[in-house]
Amino acid sequence: MTWNTSLADGSPMPNSPSSLVNQYRLEDDDEGQKDANTKDIFIAVDNPESQVTAIETFIMYRVATRTTRSEFDSSEYEVRRRYQDFLWLRSRLEDNHPTLIVHPLPEKFVMKGMVERFNEDFIETRRKALHRFLNKISEHPILSYSQHFKVFLTAQVSDLASHKKQGPGFLSRMGETVRAVANSVRGLRSRPEEFAVMQEYVEDFSNKMCSMDKVTQRIVKEQREYLEELKQYSPTYAQWADLEEELADPLKGVVSCVVQCSKESEEQIHHLSEVLVPALHEYVLCAETLKAVMRRRDNIQAEFEAKNEALLSRKVDQEAVKEVDGLADRMEQANNALKGDWSRWQHSMRTDLRSVFISTAEKNVEYYEKVRQREISASDSNFTHTEKTQTELLFLFFF
Amino acid sequence: MVEEGSTLLRRMEICVAEAEKRSGKNAMSMQETFTVYLIETRPMDAVAEGHNPAPDCLWRRYSEFELLRNYLIVTYPYIVVPPLPEKRAEFVWHKLSADNMDPDFVERRRVGLENFLLRVASHPVLSNDKILYHFLTEEHGWKEVVYETGFQAKADSRLRALSATFRVRNPDKRFMEMKHYSDELQSHTSQLLRARARVADRLYGVYKVHGNYGRVFSEWSAIEREMGDGLQSAGHHMDAYAASIDDILEEEEHYADQLKEYLSYAEALRAVCRKHELTQFELEMASQDLISKKQQREELSTGIVRTFSFKGMTNKLFGQEAPEQREARLKLLEDLIAEVVKAHIERAWVDIQRFKEQKDKDLREALISYAVMQISMCKKGIQVWSNAKECFLKM
Repeated sequence: MTWNTSLADGSPMPNSPSSLVNQYRLEDDDEGQKDANTKDIFIAVDNPESQVTAIETFIMYRVATRTTRSEFDSSEYEVRRRYQDFLWLRSRLEDNHPTLIVHPLPEKFVMKGMVERFNEDFIETRRKALHRFLNKISEHPILSYSQHFKVFLTAQVSDLASHKKQGPGFLSRMGETVRAVANSVRGLRSRPEEFAVMQEYVEDFSNKMCSMDKVTQRIVKEQREYLEELKQYSPTYAQWADLEEELADPLKGVVSCVVQCSKESEEQIHHLSEVLVPALHEYVLCAETLKAVMRRRDNIQAEFEAKNEALLSRKVDQEAVKEVDGLADRMEQANNALKGDWSRWQHSMRTDLRSVFISTAEKNVEYYEKVRQREISASDSNFTHTEKTQTELLFLFFF
Repeated sequence: MVEEGSTLLRRMEICVAEAEKRSGKNAMSMQETFTVYLIETRPMDAVAEGHNPAPDCLWRRYSEFELLRNYLIVTYPYIVVPPLPEKRAEFVWHKLSADNMDPDFVERRRVGLENFLLRVASHPVLSNDKILYHFLTEEHGWKEVVYETGFQAKADSRLRALSATFRVRNPDKRFMEMKHYSDELQSHTSQLLRARARVADRLYGVYKVHGNYGRVFSEWSAIEREMGDGLQSAGHHMDAYAASIDDILEEEEHYADQLKEYLSYAEALRAVCRKHELTQFELEMASQDLISKKQQREELSTGIVRTFSFKGMTNKLFGQEAPEQREARLKLLEDLIAEVVKAHIERAWVDIQRFKEQKDKDLREALISYAVMQISMCKKGIQVWSNAKECFLKM
């Protein structure tokens, strides 16, 4: 699935979910015939609207689905969901599949300076991330068949509310967590080699993603400051051109080049902040997800080891044996699930990051090509034939 | 314009070849370090005949160049005298050292000093000056010769006059326009130079931060299998990109130097226009004097006193020269000053035209080379990012 920036352009929202989903489908085709042909579910998140109740104000997003899957009664659905609903979905998926890598959600709102929770940019950034989240889930060979996922995509608001109440209660979930923590405090005997390697990778990867995120944000900042100075620069040539006769045209030529430079810089900055920064930030969150997955896998192993040890030190007890066997199975399943999902995740990460790096490099090439073009055409119109020939000779020799 | 075979530069090859650090005791007997510049000269006919004689050379420091220039300004007030490279580094962006001993600054100053000598030695009027010739050929005793010309006294009065305020009634319109132009030129070029320095500073920041990508890609490549090679080589390109800005901005300094030269030239142009105002003012004062003397005589003869004049009274009381004699003297003075004004206008206007043509030509060239630099910078950028893209494709 490619990074989708088209909704940012303010084009009018189409009415039906299918027309909307068609739009996304066309963009998904870019990724390759293979994906487009095998994809049988298309999801779009859009149309944020604020809802006001007596107690609170929040945003509702439209979630539009188009699918040919037989488990779905209909081929098109349109529902309204809020951020809390997404949180609920993700936590159910994690609970049911503790060692699968569930794509992260955009963060909860953090009070950062003057940014408001209902700031347009914030909502748009969140909307894009939610869109990505659902599509990532839909691409997952196991998670996309989750019952909770189906209900999330299809149930009307009130039905979703009742479905939510069915899950394990708050208290029982607390109990599970407490047990897990108690077991893990004991510590692992030893981590199997391949998971030890994974653990190390996850920590390094997390550091690298944080660094990438920071460096990129710093570049955006520097670019913005550069753009500010460029805006002060072109008028100085323009004012001087007004004073001169012979020099007026060449000076105005410089003005047009600096202005072009500014325009292209704005494009660059836009690309960085709309495409590269969100992608890197998403993988920073992925790294946190991976850490959590590793912890849960460790806990499962720890639980098994704890019970197993207890068993070995007591007399044989049918119940205890059954419990330990169960835990052993659970551990094996968890490990296999993780192993399977690990290579899928790696492949997906490589594809995603590769694609944003490539598009960034392309954007930068485009920047320099456009500026160069303007420089050349300004030179063409402002310099005499002899001067041009001189320049061309220079080009021949040096460029 | 330049007459055939008339300027010094046609007879003599001049260059400022090197710079060296020296230490010595200054006027207050304190130890100081300074830079001296090697001036090499060779007779042009020897060079043209294919001989390769060793050049004559001598060492001069910046203050001696300043002395020469001050002498020329005072001695040729109707000439737009070529400027020296800046005394201190101005319009500095953060990386560029503002230290006068910095090797890059010294090198750029060497180029500027050579440029100054070439301009002066090819000027139709200035190139004939004996003091200039001695500057280029006599290492020792030159300073004494300069001071002996007594130009220092003229320099002081010139300084006073240029900063004084006075109202001129009928200045030459062309010169007033030129003065206005020189003010505007100074203002625009200095604004431009300031803005350019800030842009350079920011651009430097953008490029250098990309160097961090180099570091992170390299570290990241160590933990990846399939992506490792692609990341590693992309990292190298990011390092190359970050490093490329140093050369780019160094080249741009040359462009800035060309603009700085004309910033200083604007000041020289203004001085010529001011000199016109001064001479015109003196003329008007002399005429005014003459008129008031005539008035007094009339008043004395008719008995009607219109304005009180102390001189008039003392003259009446003590009877100095006969009024006719004084009037004749004043008329002579007025005529002399009028000659001065006329001569200055004629000679200055010729040089101002020469300057204008030179300025247009030089600045066009500077703008062309700026465009060429920008194009080359874009080409490098295209190359680096295309290479980086190739690396990402391999990821």
